Amino acid sequence: MAGSKDFVNRRIHSLLGVIPIGLFLVQHLVVNHFATKDADAFNAAAHFMENLPFRIFLETFVIYLPILFHAVYGLYITFQAKNNVSRYGYFRNTMFLVQRVTGVITLIFIAWHVWETRVQAAFGHEVNFSMMADILSSPFMIAFYLIGVLSAVFHFANGLWSFFVSWGLTVSPRSQKISTYVTMGVFVLLAIVSVRTIFAFI
Amino acid sequence: MTAKMVKFVITRQDNPETAPYTEEFEIPHRPNMNVISALMEIRRNPVNAKGEATTPVTWEMNCLEEVCGACSMVINGKPRQSCTALVDQLEQPIRLEPMKTFPVVRDLSIDRSRMFDALKRVKAWIPIDGTYDLGPGPRMPETKRQWAYELSKCMTCGVCLEACPNVNSNSDFIGPAPLSQVRLFNAHPTGEMNKEERLNAIMDDGGLAECGNSQNCVQSCPKGIPLTTSIAALNRDTTFQAFKNFFGSDR
Repeated sequence: MAGSKDFVNRRIHSLLGVIPIGLFLVQHLVVNHFATKDADAFNAAAHFMENLPFRIFLETFVIYLPILFHAVYGLYITFQAKNNVSRYGYFRNTMFLVQRVTGVITLIFIAWHVWETRVQAAFGHEVNFSMMADILSSPFMIAFYLIGVLSAVFHFANGLWSFFVSWGLTVSPRSQKISTYVTMGVFVLLAIVSVRTIFAFI
Repeated sequence: MTAKMVKFVITRQDNPETAPYTEEFEIPHRPNMNVISALMEIRRNPVNAKGEATTPVTWEMNCLEEVCGACSMVINGKPRQSCTALVDQLEQPIRLEPMKTFPVVRDLSIDRSRMFDALKRVKAWIPIDGTYDLGPGPRMPETKRQWAYELSKCMTCGVCLEACPNVNSNSDFIGPAPLSQVRLFNAHPTGEMNKEERLNAIMDDGGLAECGNSQNCVQSCPKGIPLTTSIAALNRDTTFQAFKNFFGSDR
C-alpha cells in the first residue's frame, strides 16, 4: 500500500474536497448565477444540467460518493481535535476551528438542500426557478441558505489552502501566506456569486 | 517596611491517579528571579499563602538555560520553560500548571516518554555502524549545515505537543517535534541514505497525516524551529514516497 490507512484516507479526504467536490461547487454556483439574469435563463440552465447524459452516473461518482466520504471522514477528523483557540488565538488556529465549524454547518445544510431539491425531483417535482423562490420565501430559510452557502464556500476556499499544504505544494512560510491571500480571494469572489444568486430568488 | 511578595497559583496533583487541585503561595520577591528560583524558595519553605505547612511542589529541571527542555510547564496559560520565565515579566498571580497533554507524575512534573518513543519510531538517528570502517561520509555543504542547525535545536521539551489541538487523548498523533527531526536526519548527507525508512515511518498511523495545520506549534516553539515548514516539506516528500510505494520505482 502507499501508506497506512490513516495516511491514505487523509490524503483522499483532502483530494476529494477539491476534486471533484470543489469543482462541482464552483460549477453549481456558476450555473445558478443564471438566476440573476431572469427566471427563463435559470430554468434553461437547470434543464440543461438535468438532461446531461449519464446523469445518475455523474451524480454518483462526482457528487454523492465523494461528499459522503468527505463528510464521514471529516466528522471523524473534527471530533478528534481538542480546539484551543481561547488559549492560542493565532490566525491559523482560528481558521482550523472555523474550518471544522463550517464543515459541520455545510453538512447539515447540504443534507437539507438535497432533500428539498434533488430528492423532491426524484419524487416527480420539477426543479426550477419557482421551486427555489418558494423555498426562499421565508426569512428563516433565507438566513439558513445564506449561512449554509457561505459556510460551504468558506470551507472550500480555506480547504484549498490546506490542500496545498497537505500535498506539499506550498512549503515555505511565504508561499503559505500568498496562498492565504489567494484562497481568501476565492472565498470573497464565490461569496459574491452565491449571495447575488440567493437574492435573485427573492 | 513589608517585603514585596510574589503570588503563585499552582495546580498540584499528588500522584498520577488523584485529582488535581490548586494551591496558592506567596514568596518574597528577589530581583531577576525566575519561576524556578521561586519554586526553589517554596521547596526551601513549603508554606502556602494561608500560612499552612504543605508538601514542596515537585517539578523537573536540569540545564537552567533553555536547552534541555525538562522544565516545561504551562505558565499563565502558555506552555514554556520555567527557567527562562522571568517573574518580573509575568502577570500576577503567576499560574503554574503541568502540561496535561502528557501524563502527570506529580504536581508540575510530567512524563515525556511518548516523545522519546516517537523519536525511536521515526528512526531519528543516522546509522553508521558497519562490520568494518566505512570511512568518512559525504560532505555536508556549510550553508546546509547552518540551516540544519536550526532544526537540531529541538530539545524535546513538549511545548509543540501541548499547543497542538490534534495531540490529545482521542488521537495517536506523535506531534510536530519528531516530524521535524525526520526532516533534519533526511537532510544529512549520510542520513539521507535511509530517507525512505523514515518517510515510511511517518506515513504510518499517528504520523504526518494527523497534522491539521493549526500551526500553533511554530508559534509556540521556544527555539523558533520552522516546524510547519518541516511538516509541509515532509508532506511533499511523502507525496512522492506514496506514489513510489504504490506504483514501484526504478530509483
